[in-house]
Amino acid sequence: MTLQSRPPIGPVVLEIDDIHTYYGNIHALQGVSMNVREHEIVTLLGSNGAGKSTTLRTISGILRPRTGSVTLRGKRIDNVAAHDIVRMGVCQSPEGRHVFPRLTVDENLDMGAFIHSDAQVADDRNRVLTLFPRLRERLKQRAGTLSGGEQQMLAIARAMMGRPTVLLLDEPSMGLSPLLTDVIFDAIKEINATGVTVVVVEQNAQLALSIADRGYVMQTGRIVLTDSAAALTQNETVRKAYLGEG
Amino acid sequence: MAGFEFLLQQLVTGIANGMLITLIAIGYTLVYGIIEMINFAHGDVFMLGAFSALTFLQLVGAQAVRRVRNVDQAPSPETYLWLVLAMILAMVFCAALNVMIERFAYRRLRRGGRMAPLISAIGVSFMLQNVGLYWKGASPVNFPRFIPQIDLVKEIGIDSFVRFTTKDLFVIVVTVPLVIALTVFIQRTKLGKAMRATAQDRDAAQLMGIDINRTIALTFLLGGALAGAAGLVSGLYNNTANFQMGFSYGLNSFTAAVLGGIGNLNGAMLGGVFIGVLAALSDGYIDPRWTPVVIFGTLNLVLILRPTGILGQESAERA
Repeated sequence: MTLQSRPPIGPVVLEIDDIHTYYGNIHALQGVSMNVREHEIVTLLGSNGAGKSTTLRTISGILRPRTGSVTLRGKRIDNVAAHDIVRMGVCQSPEGRHVFPRLTVDENLDMGAFIHSDAQVADDRNRVLTLFPRLRERLKQRAGTLSGGEQQMLAIARAMMGRPTVLLLDEPSMGLSPLLTDVIFDAIKEINATGVTVVVVEQNAQLALSIADRGYVMQTGRIVLTDSAAALTQNETVRKAYLGEG
Repeated sequence: MAGFEFLLQQLVTGIANGMLITLIAIGYTLVYGIIEMINFAHGDVFMLGAFSALTFLQLVGAQAVRRVRNVDQAPSPETYLWLVLAMILAMVFCAALNVMIERFAYRRLRRGGRMAPLISAIGVSFMLQNVGLYWKGASPVNFPRFIPQIDLVKEIGIDSFVRFTTKDLFVIVVTVPLVIALTVFIQRTKLGKAMRATAQDRDAAQLMGIDINRTIALTFLLGGALAGAAGLVSGLYNNTANFQMGFSYGLNSFTAAVLGGIGNLNGAMLGGVFIGVLAALSDGYIDPRWTPVVIFGTLNLVLILRPTGILGQESAERA
């Protein structure tokens, strides 16, 4: 999939403005602002506990920001219920995969398409199984018995069944071999090329920057740096902290 | 009575009672499966199911329902119609009641740790028992004899002491299809799968667009409907109802659910029939007064050997 075939970058679809999210009394997000343009791949980098997953969980409505706003195509979604945000086209593959372990692969895909009941679901299913042929061999198997890589494929495939316009991916490379990681990231590029905007949270900064248009770097609940992926790859701080140099 | 025939007789009684216990046990296990809470009020919902059916049959009884005068007299055809209506009414009543209980007594406490909804459930149980006490009084009420007691074994010409009556048949004819329908619903339909998904991973279910509150309400609705059906069947089978029947049946059903592996639908069925048969065998071979000891002793033994129950899964499946 060449970059030329990607649809052009459009206007801002997702805007996060100064959100503060708490876990009880723990001030996890301390004023995070970022935006994502249509058809972009944006990556959110940072070490463990920086607040990357919290940011995605706040966008999806699993967590509520105490202040600040999340806006999707001009509409505030920070007060919308999580299950309704999915209906607005924001789907997430969560950290740690979170496939339904005692449902089969097929049933997991069914759940991904929970909000749709038209004829297109069968096409969607075919599309994600073409993207991840391994899943086709495992359709009747319980998701809990899959390998980590297969579970990651399933988690992304399941999110795609919801027909996202904005896809949130939380640590898709976690615990995977380099070979499987390549498979997953090729799939992400392919998904993006079909017109899906992608936000990907990663600890593997090099990998994430290799496919992203832009990146944000988080530290202890704040965005400390943002730039194009190319510039971030060259950035001294990023190289030292996240690219294992220095 | 020959030894083998006596055993068969106890098995028949045990299976019929066990199916009733199963219907109630499913309500415990479904709710536990999805929100990990023991709904202590469930047995009392079952009791009110019996009461609502009884009140309905008494209201229409004068004109429409001709009760069976002799034990072996077949009821008139319209009696069946009224029984079906009574069943639907009891199921709808208990389903609505259970959904309301969840909405007002449990939902807001869900975030408050495990103890809060549990204590709330015990409170609801007391409230429902007192509603029952107020409704039908303290002494057991007679459930009119609408189902005849014709011995089917004699009817087909076998001379035996074992009795398998139309009442036993009635219990099985009502409960088995309900259990099968529920299983099919949970295994095959989208909403059923959503229930299982919510039980396995609530956050992930939300990320699929599943409305958690509605799914939990649906779970209470299904459990309530089965308890309502069990209320009517129990009234017609035992010909009696009282405001404390929810406690005794509830305790047995809860035990059945735990024994089979709480949270597991097949476990509730297995546990229900197991407890029913075990109780009947203990009644017949030991002494009814020892039956609770036998039941809870067995429960202890099973839980020592298999803490998750017979069919319970280890929750630590690969994430």
